Amino acid sequence: MKMLINVPETVVGDALRGMAAAHPELVVDAENRVVVRRDAPVAEKVALLSGGGSGHEPLHAGFVGPGMLDAACPGEVFTSPVPDQMVRAAAAVDSGRGVLFVVKNYTGDVLNFQMAEELAEDEGIQVASVLVDDDVAVTDSTFTAGRRGTGATLFVEKIAGAAAEEGMPLERVEAVARQVVRSSRSFGVALSACTTPAKGSPTFDLPAGELELGVGIHGEPGRERRPMMTSREIADFALDAVLEDLEPRLPVLVLVNGMGATPLLELYGFSAEVRRVLDERKVAVARTLVGNYVTSLDMAGCSVTLCQVDGELLRLWDAPVQTAGLRWGR
Amino acid sequence: MSGTALDAAFFVGWMTAAAAAIDREAERLTELDSAIGDADHGTNMQRGFAAVVKVVEAEPPATPGAVLTTAGRQLISSVGGASGPLYGTLLRRTGKTLGDAAQVSAEELRAGLRAGVEAVGQLGGSAPGDKTMLDALVPAVEALAASFEAAAAAAEEGARSTVPMLAKKGRASYLGERSIGHQDPGATSSALLFAALAEVAK
Repeated sequence: MKMLINVPETVVGDALRGMAAAHPELVVDAENRVVVRRDAPVAEKVALLSGGGSGHEPLHAGFVGPGMLDAACPGEVFTSPVPDQMVRAAAAVDSGRGVLFVVKNYTGDVLNFQMAEELAEDEGIQVASVLVDDDVAVTDSTFTAGRRGTGATLFVEKIAGAAAEEGMPLERVEAVARQVVRSSRSFGVALSACTTPAKGSPTFDLPAGELELGVGIHGEPGRERRPMMTSREIADFALDAVLEDLEPRLPVLVLVNGMGATPLLELYGFSAEVRRVLDERKVAVARTLVGNYVTSLDMAGCSVTLCQVDGELLRLWDAPVQTAGLRWGR
Repeated sequence: MSGTALDAAFFVGWMTAAAAAIDREAERLTELDSAIGDADHGTNMQRGFAAVVKVVEAEPPATPGAVLTTAGRQLISSVGGASGPLYGTLLRRTGKTLGDAAQVSAEELRAGLRAGVEAVGQLGGSAPGDKTMLDALVPAVEALAASFEAAAAAAEEGARSTVPMLAKKGRASYLGERSIGHQDPGATSSALLFAALAEVAK
């Protein structure tokens, strides 16, 4: 597999040096793997911190900036960051009003953030954590590590980020983040497996002519494999799964997310099918975002995330944001 | 089990042998992990144990307990994923239980490891039979009462026993029934740790 890299060992550090070069509005510590907005700590503001394995760009470092995250801690490819990174980042962004950790529900992330929370509190930093677990493809959550955190992470970081930017206290920002998690569900499909730089070959075998339904964002296989379906059929299947679990009474935010190797042309076509299903199911759409936001290296495929929003969540979603990966307003 | 006294140098030797064993088997660990996880276990363990060896060889800690707590802290700081906190906790808790004695007996090591393994179960919220590290670690600690070789053999057999199991923890659990038929990568690396222990005890 050809890749635009030097050697697998340096991909994360190389990307961070590139981010530093492209984004002077960020402080990028490539050695310690911490990305912080340049004006941090922002006085009187609750700080938002997230992190996770690399390979999901622009998540999370691409969402650092006014209106979203204060800091991001990228781990190795598909490997959660280590506690030292989060402690360092928390110290850099805490204004004294506390730090909210946004954690995707994977065993590694949960354990490392848990250790980081204890260590940061030892240093006198007030920390709260919110766990994102929106992936309905994981059903038997009593017998597994539970639902995975996927597309809803973007909604949580954007909406809680806006709440923090408005000056809300830590408990309130945390409550908003939890509300977004509760209101969000996702489902993903893969048309091809992804290839990690360290391994150099696809992480699972997906025969030509088949797709993987309910796939995660770490190259882990999904729950079911079927002969290839059309965009229309995939939208029906994915939204059936989502709507079985979330019966929106309020308008929804829709994220039609590319996994990394699916062209926007196809994603927009899929987005049209998503809208068709939502119209048929009488689900009102408040806003739609289409693009590659929570990716899985070079995987082809997509995920769809719905988040039902009341007036306040929608206002916070619409609030200005200025990051490398998401920017509007102002 | 005989009353041989194990000193700090023995434990540095253990860590070095473990790093070498993981180096040798890294590709296999990653291969196993790609079947039911995310294809990084070998690389992550390799990076972590390389960091451990660097630290304990540059400034060898004075006691067995200090070697293991230092190694554990190093794993937590350099591995990431679930393996970092889990292996880090295993070694740290074992080291703390050994205290600051300059030498420990094999029986004391066994008591320390038992505490370490319990801490792993608590942190991961898992039990034997869940297709995790514990399926190798628990029988290994039991068998350590007989000999280091017996512990290594029990760990190896424990790792193999994960093949028909249904994963209930970690990333493999997302696969449900599709996790059956694959050996757990964490149990496999745990067996390497005990193989290395038997090797340095020879």
